Amino acid sequence: MKNDHKSYMQQLLQEIQAETMEASLMEVCGTHTMAIARSGIRSLVPPNLKLLSGPGCPVCVTAQGDIDGVIELVREPGITLLTFGDMMRVPGTESSLQEERSKGADIRVVYSPLDALTAAKSMPDREVVFLGIGFETTAPAVAITVEEAMENGIHNFSLFSLHKLVPPALEIIFSDPNINVDGLICPGHVAAVTGVEPYRLLAEKYGKPCVITGFEAMDILEGVVMLLRQLHQDKATVEIQYRRVVKKEGNLVAQATLKRVFQATEARWRGLSSIPGTGLKLRPAYEEMDARKKFGVREIEDVPIKGCACGEVLTGKITPHDCALFGKGCTPLRPIGPCMVSQEGACAAYYRYTPLRD
Amino acid sequence: MKVDRVLMAHGSGGLMSQELIESVFKKSWDNPYLEPMLDGALLDLPPGRVAMSTDSFVITPLFFPGGDIGKLAICGTVNDLVACGARPLYLSTAFIIEEGLPLSDLKKIVESMAKTAKEAGVNLVTGDTKVVEKGSADGIFINTTGIGIMPEGIDYRPSRIQAGDQIIVTGPVGDHGLAILAQREGLRFATPTMSDCAPLVRIGKVLEKYGGAVRCMRDPTRGGLATVLNELAQQARMGVLVQEHRIPVSRTVQGACDMLGLDSLYMANEGKMVLFVAREQALEIIADLNNLPEAEGSAIIGEARNEPSGMVLMETELGAQRILGMLEGEHLPRIC
Amino acid sequence: MCLGVPGKILQIMEHGVARVDVDGNQTDISIKLTPEVELGQFVLIHAGFAMEIIDQEVAEETMYLLKELLQYEE
Repeated sequence: MKNDHKSYMQQLLQEIQAETMEASLMEVCGTHTMAIARSGIRSLVPPNLKLLSGPGCPVCVTAQGDIDGVIELVREPGITLLTFGDMMRVPGTESSLQEERSKGADIRVVYSPLDALTAAKSMPDREVVFLGIGFETTAPAVAITVEEAMENGIHNFSLFSLHKLVPPALEIIFSDPNINVDGLICPGHVAAVTGVEPYRLLAEKYGKPCVITGFEAMDILEGVVMLLRQLHQDKATVEIQYRRVVKKEGNLVAQATLKRVFQATEARWRGLSSIPGTGLKLRPAYEEMDARKKFGVREIEDVPIKGCACGEVLTGKITPHDCALFGKGCTPLRPIGPCMVSQEGACAAYYRYTPLRD
Repeated sequence: MKVDRVLMAHGSGGLMSQELIESVFKKSWDNPYLEPMLDGALLDLPPGRVAMSTDSFVITPLFFPGGDIGKLAICGTVNDLVACGARPLYLSTAFIIEEGLPLSDLKKIVESMAKTAKEAGVNLVTGDTKVVEKGSADGIFINTTGIGIMPEGIDYRPSRIQAGDQIIVTGPVGDHGLAILAQREGLRFATPTMSDCAPLVRIGKVLEKYGGAVRCMRDPTRGGLATVLNELAQQARMGVLVQEHRIPVSRTVQGACDMLGLDSLYMANEGKMVLFVAREQALEIIADLNNLPEAEGSAIIGEARNEPSGMVLMETELGAQRILGMLEGEHLPRIC
Repeated sequence: MCLGVPGKILQIMEHGVARVDVDGNQTDISIKLTPEVELGQFVLIHAGFAMEIIDQEVAEETMYLLKELLQYEE
């Protein structure tokens, strides 16, 4: 069985390597970026096929000013901030959560948003703020947490939402004439929630094939083969490679939960500026749990970082190697731009895993 | 009033300090080196060069599946000596204890140290205890310093690594790191994985007979296997190529790492060694190691090369090569 | 952007919580997003929640493109 698996992957690889067409395929999910880097797929595809990384890492697209706002909040006495480990090193303008923790702020890493609820219950004298980050995959879990806090009357719990939506951001990429993408490797776990509909609309409107893909090396190879076959047949439809998880209609319970708790709002994306309708904020019924409102967090302007090309990297206009700071001023240990911070950031993935062949 | 916790007075140097030493330490550690009750130990050393190593141990929680801070404090320094190629002989210990630590915990830790030292064949010959105010330490911190004797013809410096040398790891990696992580509050998960914490004196002994064929040895503790391979590649100015599928990792460790977004190759080990050995002897060494319970699952995972100097490359399942880098910053659970 | 691992439902408890096995490890997750899940089924776990039920039949039928691939090569 294991050998079958291996030889099947080799067959997929052969088909990809025999491809002569010029094509740029974009993976929009950071987990794909990471899986491609870790398995070394990028170094195996022929030079006529480009695998670009899109804006699919929620850490990377978090605006600097948003981080600055969170930092102002954790400096207040009585605040305990809980978040996913991913956020600890993301640089704001002058500091990061990791740095604030070392200066005495109460910041803790959790695995699940429900852990934040448990923390709030156990520390009734502190204000427990959960820093919510992530796309459609993570947001329903956070929505359930907010509902549970409300039901159980946990008034010292609140949410600082940095949640964002994927399909509208993809729309930006497809509609930008300067961005040259022939097909999309679509995020399997986001689609598990949203279903295929948003991608079908994209594929049809912009005439680009979309394949919803899983995260094993074999999944990604299959996804690439499926995209290439569509391109050969001049098709532009949405297909599901990740059939074991993604259902056509998505997870209806998760969709309904999202709708009950959140509403779309304007959000700032690092490198893409502010885009209406791409963020999630709590609905009025849950407003008392909105940390920004509860603590009067002010909006802080983004200060552009000199020389940082994360915006171009996130939209696939350039690859990380083309950025002047890459590997020089900007490394995973001392990141300047967000793409170098997150494990899933395109720059970090390139820096960590790609031998210096290109 | 019965005293059941460590008090500041236990560190005062007075009567209570004496009582603590008599009732807790001396009882467990009775050996002729402690007998004279001098301010230090008088040691007899066999001929040969002396190896010396020191390490401090801080860990939460103090007790974990497969070990405790006491066992760890002995194994850590003993294994560092073994990795130098030495036969460990004597250890000193120093404790910094937070006031309020239950005396029963201290006793357990001290007994565990005695037991582990016996297993490793080393004597605890001198020690020190300080008590600090609540909040100034996390339960207990332990330092151990050890000395051992270098056998003739043994030299495990990284500069001896040659192109073609085979790289061996003495069993599945990541167990200690995962066992500790599972104990941390906030991560609500249970794992059957236990810390691999163990003294590796017998591994050292088995390897002695191969003399110069064993080029270099190091224990992949903090930062895990990937970090040690990088350190050695840099220090030896050699390249390292490992094959992903040959690196032993247990299914439970891999599964938990996948769930938490961690990489098993960066998880700490406390009972493993990484060796570089001459290609011709590699299979024989593997067979010998696999006879020891503490080195069960030893495997060849790759080899040393001339290029690229100072770098570790890993061949993936697909046959591609990628960089296996150093750990940057903290290894935190993540969801993305 | 979203790490997910498969886990097998071992026990369904109160308040929408289930105990799952992940490669020999156990953890409690919320099944409020997959309320129809049954004992013994596999779910995709993300951030302490079951995000979706995994279709075991499809999962076992790997090498999805193989048949087509062979045709393609012929």
